[in-house]
Amino acid sequence: MSTNINFRRIVKLVRVVEENPRVKTFWFKDALCSKAKPGQFIMVWIIGVDEIPLSLSTIGDLCSVTVAKVGDATEAMHRLKPDDLIGVRGPYGNGFKIVKGRVAVVAGGVGLATLLPLVDKLKDYGCWIEVFLGFRSKHDVFQLARVERAVRPNGAVMIATDDGSIGFKGLVSELFETHLKRSKPSYDVVYTCGPPAMIRRVYELCEAWNLKIQASLEAYMKCGIGICGSCCIGPYRVCKDGPVFSAPQLRKMPELGLYKRGPDGVKIPV
Amino acid sequence: MTDLASIEPMLKVETLGLRFRNPLILAAGILGLTAPILKRVIESGAGGVVTKSIGLKPRKGHPNPTVVDLGFGLLNSMGLPNPGLEEFMKELETLRGLEAPIILSIYAFSEDELVEIGRIVSDFNVVSAVELNVSCPHVDGISEIAKNPVLVESYVQTLKRHLDKPVIVKLSPNVSDIVRIAEAAVDGGADALTAINTVRAMSIDIEVGRPVLAGIFGGLSGPAIRPIAVRCVYEITESLNVPVFGCGGIETAHDVIEFLMAGATAVQLGSVIARGGLRVFKRILKGLRDFLEERGYSSIDEVRGLAHRR
Ligand SMILES: Cc1cc2nc3c(=O)[nH]c(=O)nc-3n(C[C@H](O)[C@H](O)[C@H](O)COP(=O)(O)OP(=O)(O)OC[C@H]3O[C@@H](n4cnc5c(N)ncnc54)[C@H](O)[C@@H]3O)c2cc1C
Ligand SMILES: Cc1cc2nc3c(=O)[nH]c(=O)nc-3n(C[C@H](O)[C@H](O)[C@H](O)COP(=O)(O)O)c2cc1C
Ligand code: FES
Repeated sequence: MSTNINFRRIVKLVRVVEENPRVKTFWFKDALCSKAKPGQFIMVWIIGVDEIPLSLSTIGDLCSVTVAKVGDATEAMHRLKPDDLIGVRGPYGNGFKIVKGRVAVVAGGVGLATLLPLVDKLKDYGCWIEVFLGFRSKHDVFQLARVERAVRPNGAVMIATDDGSIGFKGLVSELFETHLKRSKPSYDVVYTCGPPAMIRRVYELCEAWNLKIQASLEAYMKCGIGICGSCCIGPYRVCKDGPVFSAPQLRKMPELGLYKRGPDGVKIPV
Repeated sequence: MTDLASIEPMLKVETLGLRFRNPLILAAGILGLTAPILKRVIESGAGGVVTKSIGLKPRKGHPNPTVVDLGFGLLNSMGLPNPGLEEFMKELETLRGLEAPIILSIYAFSEDELVEIGRIVSDFNVVSAVELNVSCPHVDGISEIAKNPVLVESYVQTLKRHLDKPVIVKLSPNVSDIVRIAEAAVDGGADALTAINTVRAMSIDIEVGRPVLAGIFGGLSGPAIRPIAVRCVYEITESLNVPVFGCGGIETAHDVIEFLMAGATAVQLGSVIARGGLRVFKRILKGLRDFLEERGYSSIDEVRGLAHRR
């Protein structure tokens, strides 16, 4: 088998798990994905429909992607059953850098999928992990047991929902801010992934509290290999220089959380 | 070797009334959609940059998958995605005062569109020259132009009449006689040529029995097409006295020398950036300096066109 990560592999889905009405996890076997780093993503070919970037939500003998249904491609993916085929290439991107010590993980919605392999790994390194999870409502929660397993007994999980149906009522960034003010924790790093507006707010909080940040960003991707230019934010290619960025890089992205670009490169306010 | 200035005397290129500090120019459609990344390419050592090909109106391009790595080269059917000329000019506004000329790549579906583009771009002094893309092999309405000498001459003539800047015409290898098309471009008033755009191609995924690209057909780039590109540059410079930018599969300093010996005035780099990243510019510049010094050449002007000796 080739070791060129860019070559597309056709893999069979071995398991499809419904996490909640909007989110499913798709399991498959691929030797190159098994060697990925937390925070890396793959380009998934939904055959005959589209090719889209998805983070690996599990890295192991079996790997997975966890997908929210938001449009044509993800809806088509949700119709796939075990034994159906998908194409994968990658893993791509830099992934998270593991920092040993006291860490915070702030996840918004399906952004948690990107952070799951990281949380698994942080546990292996014996980190103290405080996880802040944001969802629209209790119906949108997924993979909570896995997160709780990873932080127990060295950490805590806190949940925010927009409607207050479970945990703190409000945005996860507000929950995080409240926590910063109340317990003035000294995190060695804050990992985050989620909607752009949330990431922007978490970044601002980290700047204000002088905390190091590693934020996983999203952008419209086509090539995934750093040449087409469709995923650029500031001077960086999200697919190649990212998707994980630190504060000095985020400072060079004035558009972060304000607008994104469509497939034609036109700016779209978020 | 971060000192670009010290090697400039050996590597500089003067053509079209412009000064390039070295012969390595970013090819059209490679990262050229937004200003900050173009700036970063220049800071990485590029002697000049060509932007993404821009049309009058925004275009989403073809659906994904649009780029596939075949190992010996890339197959792409991007389909000319771009935000449209007006939006793109706002984007480029921030790129004043850089050390490398900015070349705007454009395409047009009709000569009327060219007239309008010419008028709009004439006063836009961020860009030093325009490269006319008549050769994208996977967009209907564009790929046909480069095959027809009458159309090429007429398109170039129209653009030259309405645009007060040097015009480079980007040629397609997907023709039976590229010299004939090159002549037509020069007759139309082209100030320079770029050879070549991608080679029309196709690949099939045998596991699922479907074309690998959503757009079915694409353009092949990378090392696989280098000998085709070298041949095109040689053929054109053998019969015409016009500056030619060599493009296609360049990965190393030796590849650049090969194109210069074939008669290229300067070269453009594209696919190599996928594997080599933005470091390729400095890596190749260092290789060029070493090659010239080891063989006792004082500048790239001494190797240019060498292969045409009889
Ligand atoms: C590095 C990265 C990792 C991601 N990981 C996950 C993940 O683990 N789970 C998950 O559910 N989603 C993830 N996404 C987002 C996912 O790619 C989009 O939700 C998906 O492409 C939507 O496609 P669609 O056709 O269903 O929706 P559309 O209706 O086409 O669009 C819905 C939204 O998705 C965006 N989108 C569409 N196509 C692309 C594309 N080619 N590249 C980037 N964004 C696109 C659109 O800009 C829009 O905001 C990730 C995105 C990136 C960039
Ligand atoms: C992803 C991609 C996008 C491209 N977009 C354009 C474009 O918009 N306009 C154009 O004239 N050429 C475009 N090209 C062609 C390149 O400019 C170049 O001619 C070709 O790739 C050969 O050079 P290379 O082998 O160094 O890549 C594109 C090529 C690639 C790979
Ligand atoms: S997706 Fe093409 S450069 Fe990132």
